[in-house]
Amino acid sequence: MSLHIVTDDDISDGRARRGRLMIWGSLALLVVVALVQWLDRSGALDLGLTSWRPTLYAFLFFATMLCWAQVVAKGEQGKRVLFVLPAALFVGALVVFPLIFGVGIALSDWNLASPDGRQFNGLDNLRQAFADPFYLNALWNMVLYTAAIGVEYVIAFGLALLLNADIRARKFFRVAFLLPLMLSPVAVSWMIGKSMFEPRFGPMARLARELGWDTPSFFGDPTIARLMIMAMDAWTFIPFMMIMLLAGLQAIPSELREAAEVDGASPWRRFWEITFPLMLPVSITAILIRIIFKLKLADIVINITSGGPGGATDTVTSFIFREYRDRSNVGYGTMLAFIYLVLIVVAMTVLMKATERWTKPHA
Amino acid sequence: MTTASDDSQIFHDAPADRAFRPGFVLGKVGIYALLIAWAVVCLFPIYWTVTTSFKAAPDVMQGNLIPYVDFEPKRLGWRALGLSPDTIGQVSTPRQEFLRRFWNSTIISVSASLLAVVLGACAAYGLSRFQYRFGPMRNGDISFFFLSQLILPPVVLALPFLILYRELDMLDSRIGLILLYTLTVLPIVIWIMRDQFAAIPTELEEAAMVDGLGVWGAFLTIILPIALPGMVAAFILSLVLTWNEYFFAALLTSTHANTLPVMVASQTGSQGISWWSMAALSFAAILPLIAIGILLERFIIKGMAAGAVK
Repeated sequence: MSLHIVTDDDISDGRARRGRLMIWGSLALLVVVALVQWLDRSGALDLGLTSWRPTLYAFLFFATMLCWAQVVAKGEQGKRVLFVLPAALFVGALVVFPLIFGVGIALSDWNLASPDGRQFNGLDNLRQAFADPFYLNALWNMVLYTAAIGVEYVIAFGLALLLNADIRARKFFRVAFLLPLMLSPVAVSWMIGKSMFEPRFGPMARLARELGWDTPSFFGDPTIARLMIMAMDAWTFIPFMMIMLLAGLQAIPSELREAAEVDGASPWRRFWEITFPLMLPVSITAILIRIIFKLKLADIVINITSGGPGGATDTVTSFIFREYRDRSNVGYGTMLAFIYLVLIVVAMTVLMKATERWTKPHA
Repeated sequence: MTTASDDSQIFHDAPADRAFRPGFVLGKVGIYALLIAWAVVCLFPIYWTVTTSFKAAPDVMQGNLIPYVDFEPKRLGWRALGLSPDTIGQVSTPRQEFLRRFWNSTIISVSASLLAVVLGACAAYGLSRFQYRFGPMRNGDISFFFLSQLILPPVVLALPFLILYRELDMLDSRIGLILLYTLTVLPIVIWIMRDQFAAIPTELEEAAMVDGLGVWGAFLTIILPIALPGMVAAFILSLVLTWNEYFFAALLTSTHANTLPVMVASQTGSQGISWWSMAALSFAAILPLIAIGILLERFIIKGMAAGAVK
């Protein structure tokens, strides 16, 4: 659905030229400033600049001029470009440039704590990464953590069905179920991970002792620790899937269910043959988005276990975080992040292609 | 008309209410039991934190749960944070620290969400109404370019940004975090707003333009007011995400621009921190979000449900 407007843009030659001048002039200024700064940094000039701020300001000036020139040079058409251009410039400057810059960092041996500064070392970091058992373990953990989404999905679907049932106080339950999502993962780490599951005085440890586990230790054993992280992350994000699934459930026309009821289908069959198939597109969208969020998991791991015991609960993000925090190893850390990015993009593309035929509405 | 299932047939609240009834398996009691059980799972940690903030050491060790019955509430935790009513008049360093972090979090999350909603709403509107060609990229590609940022894990940008901000002298500054946070929530805002604008018929703008408004005039005076609920939803969702963000804040700030999550995290690490003051701090940090969750629940749900139903 697009808007078609006939405009009689009558841009004079002078105006078009002025627009071009604004773009190229400010771009030239940006290049000159960047060049001067680079010369200053490499020692050829001595201006005493301490930061790259001037180049930043030159870029901001260029971006403003680029937007303004659209209207000057293209009139009505330019005003339309102005809707998308600021956001595109913003994302371009903050993502594309750091990514290119990051490739340079990833290909170098750069420890911020060492006095040597940056040393280009080609693909050494890549080789080191695939020989690093802790990194490979973190990658494997991400697979396990992602697999836990299956359980989260079942619980979320169940809760959505319950909330969609004929109940009183629906609003209360909805708000209560939503709250975990609102809480900051760092506060949750303390509230649940460090306080409720504290092995001596925590209420959960008490409960475990009541149930016959004499020396409860929730983050000492690798498997249990991993399950705990999964459970806490699930606690936070189940509401998210639940809300999406609930929206999907409420969009199903009730005629379908009624027709099945008239035909005498049992509720069990009604669920599997009507509700579930109709919910498939929503389910897949919810799971895909959930996977994207899961792949960013770090906060609770950093704050509760710091990846321990022995890296058993590490996610890729928390591992890289410590690589920087403990060892200031910027070059290696960036390479690890880039490997992760490539893996994610490949995996997500495959997943999205594979599920496309269920998520697209039927033609 | 004696059984529960017959009874429920009388009340048809809304079509959605009748969509699915697992009643035959579980019965009403079963449904409520499950609902209450899960509500306890969701709410108990919050209850535990609130009560712990009013406990003293013996209460914590004995695992007392119910105030006034099991133990007498004390204000140790809140006094340690400087937020107890009886000592509110005194000068308190922890309180100043807390308020500074709180203020940082507020400024950063509100500015980032506002910026993201402004940039995102414009971009989403443009993409839903006009045909673009930026070089080889057409509308579909531009949309994908924006939405694909969602897949980008923050850790990929973290270290390049660390170096970049160091060179730009922007480490430990609010503006640095604001820009990054805007970037992280922008795809979500565009995702929500695209849905919103697609639902508004183009005849509205056409009528406005016949009346002499320009493209931007029609957008600002006609379309934006209609799309306002969607924008509020996007804003609230961004606010929640940016308020809770920890990873970038921990990497890129040290003393000046610290946000609340960083403060909470730094306290958990230190040895010998008392449970009651930690509980008070955690609860004070999540309180604004609990308030938002209870008061603005429908906007949050609206935001998250966008795109779920096509």
